[in-house]
Amino acid sequence: VSSRLIRIILNHPIALVFGCTLLGAAAQVFMKMGAIGLSRSAPLQLLTNFPLLFGYSLYGISTLFLVLALRRGQLSILYPVIALTYVWVTILSMLIFRETMNVVKGIGLAIVVGGVGILGTENSTKPESESGDAEEPELASVSAREGTDR
Amino acid sequence: MQTPVSSVILVIIASFIGSFGAVFLKSGACRLQRKWGSLLCNWPLAAGVAAFLLSSVFFVAGVKNGQLSVLYPMASLGYVWTLIWSRLFFKEHLTRNKFIGVAMILTGIVFIGLGDR
Repeated sequence: VSSRLIRIILNHPIALVFGCTLLGAAAQVFMKMGAIGLSRSAPLQLLTNFPLLFGYSLYGISTLFLVLALRRGQLSILYPVIALTYVWVTILSMLIFRETMNVVKGIGLAIVVGGVGILGTENSTKPESESGDAEEPELASVSAREGTDR
Repeated sequence: MQTPVSSVILVIIASFIGSFGAVFLKSGACRLQRKWGSLLCNWPLAAGVAAFLLSSVFFVAGVKNGQLSVLYPMASLGYVWTLIWSRLFFKEHLTRNKFIGVAMILTGIVFIGLGDR
């Protein structure tokens, strides 16, 4: 069952990119944790900075997922899902680093997420494609076919 | 806690370098084969990873001070750069939606910056 699941995920760039957003958001948080502990006077501490190294590892795995996804889909198609990373990072920043949220920042975040999301919507044959999640696998399969045609 | 301008600049530099990472990864991914050995000769893939690593150095230096919830969305400037490279190197079409997306990203970043003041 698990090998079948892996095959399904590998064949669906959207699922890969979704995993990429979760890992990517966690990576940012660990990198920030590690960065706080960095000092200019002792650069070798970098090698024992566990949060930073763990953040980099997550970032690496997330990048691997992205490579596999890009292989199937057009660079710009996968953006709507990647935009979720901004939401995860903001939620985690508020929970872990006690960062503040206000209306202006919230509006800004929503506009950025919408902007990143809209970048990949132009290849859809349906005009209202930006509204639903259910449309995304279709978008992806369209792009995957385009990829093999080229 | 206000985010220093120096952190914002470092993240913008990181986004610029990182956008080249995406370009190299895309051209590297197109060459991927089933054989593991072919990964070693895939120079665009290596260049992509190198660009992301270099970009992350600037990013880590940037997020050391200031808020992650302010700085991380600013890394989305990378999409603006990537759009330019997609057009130049992969001849992907520039459509109305992409222009709207870029305008929204830039507007959103300004809002987040203002919200932090």
